[in-house]
Amino acid sequence: MMKKRFLATDILVAGGGTAGCYAAITAARRSPDIGILIVEKANVERSGCLAAGVNALNAYITEGQSVRDYLEFVRQDAEKIIRDDLVLTMAERFNETAADLERMGLVIQKDKNGNYAARGRHNIRINGENIKPILAAETRRHGNIRILNHVNLTELLTWDGRVIGAAGFSVTDETAYAIFARAVIMATGGAAGLYRPNNPGFSRHKMWYPPFNTGAGYAMGIRAGAEMTSFEMRFVAQRCKDTIAPTGTIALGAGAREINALGEIFETRYGLSTSGRAYGAANEVREGRGPCFLRTQGITPKQDNDLLKAYLNMAPAQTLKWIESGKLPSGYNVEVEGTEPYIVGGHTGSGYWVDTARRTTLPGLYAAGDVSGGAPKKFVTGALAEGAIAAETALADLKVLPDVPELAFAEQANTVFAEYETHLAPLDKKTLFDISALEEAMQKIMDEYAGGIRTGYRYNENQLSVAEERIASLAGLVENLRAEDGDGLLRIYELTERLTVCRTLLAHMRERKETRWPGFGIHTGYPNVDEWQENYVNSKLTDGRIEVFRRELVGEDNYEHTH
Amino acid sequence: MSIRIDQEKCAACGRCREICPGNLIKRAENGKVFLKRPEECWGCASCLKECVHGAIAYFLGADIGGRGSLMRTKREGDVTDWIITLPEGKTVTISVNRRNANEY
Repeated sequence: MMKKRFLATDILVAGGGTAGCYAAITAARRSPDIGILIVEKANVERSGCLAAGVNALNAYITEGQSVRDYLEFVRQDAEKIIRDDLVLTMAERFNETAADLERMGLVIQKDKNGNYAARGRHNIRINGENIKPILAAETRRHGNIRILNHVNLTELLTWDGRVIGAAGFSVTDETAYAIFARAVIMATGGAAGLYRPNNPGFSRHKMWYPPFNTGAGYAMGIRAGAEMTSFEMRFVAQRCKDTIAPTGTIALGAGAREINALGEIFETRYGLSTSGRAYGAANEVREGRGPCFLRTQGITPKQDNDLLKAYLNMAPAQTLKWIESGKLPSGYNVEVEGTEPYIVGGHTGSGYWVDTARRTTLPGLYAAGDVSGGAPKKFVTGALAEGAIAAETALADLKVLPDVPELAFAEQANTVFAEYETHLAPLDKKTLFDISALEEAMQKIMDEYAGGIRTGYRYNENQLSVAEERIASLAGLVENLRAEDGDGLLRIYELTERLTVCRTLLAHMRERKETRWPGFGIHTGYPNVDEWQENYVNSKLTDGRIEVFRRELVGEDNYEHTH
Repeated sequence: MSIRIDQEKCAACGRCREICPGNLIKRAENGKVFLKRPEECWGCASCLKECVHGAIAYFLGADIGGRGSLMRTKREGDVTDWIITLPEGKTVTISVNRRNANEY
């Protein structure tokens, strides 16, 4: 039997990554008397997207640029499907959050005049190897922030349509947790591992996005009936071959252009948007002009050295690869490839449908960072900004939200706990399939029938139908999975979350009958942009059915939910 | 992508186990640690930097071009030495100072 623990707090922050830590810090600074609890499935010290570090703040308003310039940049890059209100409100805070990081101890490079050194129009250079320990240390400075590490949340608890907490379990011991909260800030990140990855064998987790971000926050919201947006705007990143390390550092830092095997610079043929770049390289390979490279040949030995160091601060595998192969970038161009598709609201628009103040459609639930939709190109500072906005809104709402009887909460928690116990109880008959086998099956279905690497990100409606049917049938098999301990339980729930995200993703892909972001996916039945589809595809789970609908583009004005 | 934990050098402090973002490092009966599913390692190198005993080495899987080189870290103050031992025995050390921002 699992031990059961019931906790209560004012604000529960689900996920102690970039957005979650900063939401907690913001709430603690503004209201030293309220209780804040961060629940993190690993350890806030090194969890989430920034575990390995990061070497630039890619969302910053540099000298001569404005918040509005950033908005236009995002609008163009995302082919218009963005929320102006969300992008503006986050961009307004980029520079103050960067300055705050510096106060916390982050090293940011300065130019001769003492300003932050720009790397590009929207980027500044940092030493972000320890950015996550810095954020974690700041949370510890506040006596009213409690942190529960190694606890995985799986379910939102609700009362009369309002979110009143969450349930989860420890991945290191046999304890189930129910946390009663007056407000919940969802900051669990996006979803990786839905599709067969670039390196499907031993190095299956050598991927760009954290393989441990499995869409828990999306899945919890979907099941509780929250409205989601733009899942069909998947993200395919252009990365260094094999190591899946970032390419921006080489492109922006060393000024390397992308070329095909014939040595041609091909970007002019496809455009410079994130999607255009990804499509360009993939198409060059498809048409027989691959592989594609970043042209680094001829850079100086000093540049070699600087690149080796820069990568150690965020993607050490790439540095090891350069040294181990003996092929330094000055002598050899760096091959690039596109990743498998991810669902990640920090780079594209996928996630919770929120109002300008980051309230989800479920009262009492707020969203920030990769889990929140409508505001692509958040990067680090945008995730911090959204964490701060969500925290400020939650604090303001705490004053007006009515109190909730704790009774309703215990009953629901026990239902969730019973589900954990079922997965931990021995099964009479041994199941044929284990967790890895079902995960592989899911990734294969998505890869082959829902526009993965295998088909060059192409799909049509017939294929989506096959994917929908097979994903649904897999979900049935997961119910029979059994775990020996919290570690196994974690893996069962991660798989369940991914399958839930897959279902919503497929419904969105089916609805958007056009190809707006060719680098992220090509609907072969509708290979062009359709100007009539300049609107959002949103969805909501109602009585077990995914209801998909459109919403008109939202402008700069304050947007509120209408219930 | 993965790591190798040297059982001789492991001091059973549990720091790597505490911070692994994938909860992949587990405690063996003797208190020392092991990587439960090597194929699920992300390669973030958090454990390497956390281990003050030099017990953890990082390597590339053969499927992504690994030839058997091992990378370790040693930290003194703000400076981290990344020490790569190539299969033929030669070592390459790259020192990174935390106080210096990336040039790129």
